[in-house]
Amino acid sequence: MADLTRLTAAQTAERIANGEVTAVEVAEAHLARIDAVDEKVHAFLHVDRERALAQAREVDEKRARGERLGPLAGVPVAVKDLFTTEGVPTTVGSKILEGWIPPYDATVVRKLKEAGLVILGKTNMDEFAMGSSTENSAYGPSGNPWDLTRIPGGSGGGSSAAISAYEAPLAIGTDTGGSIRQPAAVTGTVGVKPTYGGVSRYGMVAFSSSLDQAGPCARTVLDAALLHAVIAGHDELDSTSIDQPVPDVVTAARNGDVAGLRVGVVKEFRGEGYQAGVLQRVDETVELLRELGAEAAEVSCPSFTKALAAYYLIAPSECSSNLARFDAMRYGLRVGDDGTHSAEEVTALTREEGFGDEVKRRVMLGTYALSSGYYDAYYGSAQKVRTLITRDFERAFGEVDVLVSPTTPTTAFPIGERADDPMAMYLADLCTIPSNLAGNAAMSVPCGLAGEDGLPVGLQIIAPAMADDRLYRVGAALEAAHQARWGHPLLEEAPSL
Amino acid sequence: MTVTELVPYEDALAVYDPVMGLEVHVELGTATKMFCGCSTTLGADANSQTCPTCLGLPGALPVVNATGVESAVRIGLALNCEIAEWCRFARKNYFYPDMPKNFQTSQYDEPIAFNGHLDVQLEDGEVFRVEIERAHMEEDTGKSTHIGGATGRIHGASHSLLDYNRAGIPLIEIVTKPIEGAGERAPEVAKAYVAELRELIKALGVSEARMEMGQMRCDVNLSLRPKGEKTFGTRSETKNVNSLRSVERAARFEIQRHAAVLDAGEKIVQETRHFHEENGSTTSGRVKEEAEDYRYFPEPDLVPVAPSREWVEELRAGLPELPRLRRNRLREEWGISQHEMQSVLNAGAVGLIVATVDAGAPADQARKWWMGELARRANESGTELADLPIGPEDVARVCALVGEGSLNDKLARQTIEGVLDGEGTPDEVVEKRGLKVVSDEGALGTAVDEAIAGNPDIAEKIRGGKVQAAGALVGAVMKATRGQADAARVRELILEKLGVEG
Repeated sequence: MADLTRLTAAQTAERIANGEVTAVEVAEAHLARIDAVDEKVHAFLHVDRERALAQAREVDEKRARGERLGPLAGVPVAVKDLFTTEGVPTTVGSKILEGWIPPYDATVVRKLKEAGLVILGKTNMDEFAMGSSTENSAYGPSGNPWDLTRIPGGSGGGSSAAISAYEAPLAIGTDTGGSIRQPAAVTGTVGVKPTYGGVSRYGMVAFSSSLDQAGPCARTVLDAALLHAVIAGHDELDSTSIDQPVPDVVTAARNGDVAGLRVGVVKEFRGEGYQAGVLQRVDETVELLRELGAEAAEVSCPSFTKALAAYYLIAPSECSSNLARFDAMRYGLRVGDDGTHSAEEVTALTREEGFGDEVKRRVMLGTYALSSGYYDAYYGSAQKVRTLITRDFERAFGEVDVLVSPTTPTTAFPIGERADDPMAMYLADLCTIPSNLAGNAAMSVPCGLAGEDGLPVGLQIIAPAMADDRLYRVGAALEAAHQARWGHPLLEEAPSL
Repeated sequence: MTVTELVPYEDALAVYDPVMGLEVHVELGTATKMFCGCSTTLGADANSQTCPTCLGLPGALPVVNATGVESAVRIGLALNCEIAEWCRFARKNYFYPDMPKNFQTSQYDEPIAFNGHLDVQLEDGEVFRVEIERAHMEEDTGKSTHIGGATGRIHGASHSLLDYNRAGIPLIEIVTKPIEGAGERAPEVAKAYVAELRELIKALGVSEARMEMGQMRCDVNLSLRPKGEKTFGTRSETKNVNSLRSVERAARFEIQRHAAVLDAGEKIVQETRHFHEENGSTTSGRVKEEAEDYRYFPEPDLVPVAPSREWVEELRAGLPELPRLRRNRLREEWGISQHEMQSVLNAGAVGLIVATVDAGAPADQARKWWMGELARRANESGTELADLPIGPEDVARVCALVGEGSLNDKLARQTIEGVLDGEGTPDEVVEKRGLKVVSDEGALGTAVDEAIAGNPDIAEKIRGGKVQAAGALVGAVMKATRGQADAARVRELILEKLGVEG
């Protein structure tokens, strides 16, 4: 039998559905792969072997009884360690939540379970999703399967590493400033940030509430769409979730087509700081779109150059408030509770030890930005920039159907290279942040390897809010055309681990 | 600083002009909390009414309670406020162990209701208008019990117990504009305002507003300025003044204390103060060295609240009669004085009397029972009138029995006593205790005959025209029937038998 870990999610689901393999066999194959490679990759913070096998058995039993199963029933999935999972540790990559076992499932997790997906475990991430490399994880970085000395992106580097290392065919990520798309780009995989409000945030440990959005990570556009369809939809428990039908992403992914599509190439996302090999692949992909029948032209979005600055005021401001609850009183780490310290001291000692540098940096930034006397100059101005960015998008989408740009300015950088330079690290999200600020939908799809280093390059596709299906239609067309050109999926060029 | 000698109240008012600001928190009586589905029932086991949201667990999100918003709009309308067409919740960031998220979901510069007023009637009937700055929605915190310290406060405690059942219960905070021009009546205005607000909240049915249960809590902000001065003085904020009487006392005490500090040439420290029920004083709490920075910003987890104008008008049309107007109407209907009405109000008897009248009793009778015998009983047992084990229906039935002559006043009293003692309905008590007026003419006639025969001297006087002497014979008959006769009928019979015109 072929290696079950090499199948796409769609193929796996089909084989389980027609009885060629059992969900247990699929789960065992992936658990074996994790055993074999995760010591090197470190994609997982917690592997949930027992529950995974139990969920797989349940799917097999249901199938045996002839029960109707969802389209991804029995397919394994890895979940970023930012979603609460009842009875299973949830750390958000932080020491401060060490030992916490949530008493409830996030809505996304509940939906995965209801759809019969098999949750293999929780994946590594930058602490509280703050970072672009997983180096800010309190539990050590993950490696990029293309080159284990390089970063797999972040914050959701554990999820992108897991799928590109064939430890799981699917993963759930979250994207506050690019944490799904940038890891997808640097690992040669597909990552989607759905429209803000498209997927429930209930049970996602909040970093920046107005920006956080869960989404699918996969090796193919269709797989991402199938997972997207499982997790999306209105949730009464999340007031900001959109009460509208989910765009038909699966049909779009099965019908890739760009004939007549108007494509805008974001003018501001090139130039200094962009790796030549990245721009080259992006330009070639734009040319490919033209060959496939799309019209492509440069579009200017002048406010995008201020997006990073606005983001680093809004996200830290919200995070300074969201993280205030980690006070050692009710859950997680508790330091100094020896009878000699006051409650305030226990909180301070716990935070000192439990939060990493980047988290502290952002809490301080945000506390400052919100403080009286500075609010208007910082948080207030940032919100105005956010409005300008939204208007830039509106204007652009008046002229074109989708925007494209590099997903991230460079390929995967070596672990340690930017660890002491926060600004350099922040630049990795330069192209992805505008979509978070505006709340629209965006995807990263592989578009080849950079000439300089032979590492994957991602193309970002951006669509208006609630036009997520458009991403999949374009992404699927590009994926098919690229693979026809390459003769195989890009990921097959990655070295074996 | 400590002030040992308060300035006499009249002396303080001779020199200074008080300015007050009152902040009242009302716990809404919604079935569920403001942002989650947990029950709000009081008295449950600690932390039994909690969920990820009201415990502030990582990942949990709030959802607005629609009934809470409706209550807020109705309160706003009843306070003559404008209702925001669009407003947001905001996070008020500060740290306290009983606040699960370490921010309170509240409203900041976009309150749901603003710019209103409440007319309050003082004891002498004068109406004073209190301007309302705003009414906004927020959530309550948990409750800490500090163990081991002398004061029950966190400082000095060995440990604290946290109960989050209260965390997330909807609150409406109602803030007045500075109350100026009340002069020496400032404490009375403060009390009357809180009393009127409480009546209003109850009339709206949005909360029971029981201050002793913490369902309504008041902060009294007060400052003095020299008479004639325009700018406000530095204020003190006396927190959690939780009875009507305390509101008045706290304002009065602070006026005297401020005056003493100012007279000594010293400065008032802006601080929060604790009120002490036992002696009516306040003591320094937390000094506010600088304005506390709550780092408010719009709550990103909630969508804006945008009450449609149609809905607001619907709610306005459905508002009950305002308490002050209702009171004035009832006072006229009942034909009683302002002072008598105030007593009825103070006794918490307005609703009971109205219900008794609605059940068929004459207003004067209803008022007589509730303000007389029943008020006395409530006072003796230290309970509220409404908590007595007798209802308006029962009182109305007793009135009916008196009206039809089945009970006299004395028997009615015994009937009520029986109901209060749990012996059943008025009819059951009358039956069991055998309290019916003796109306058997034969039996009564015999008793009258015996009384005449036993008191020939008196009978002779009556025959001679001294009709007022009949009282002694009536007394004898009443004694013989153990009070169960209708005295008026007895008198008639006596005069009839002696052949005298009544």
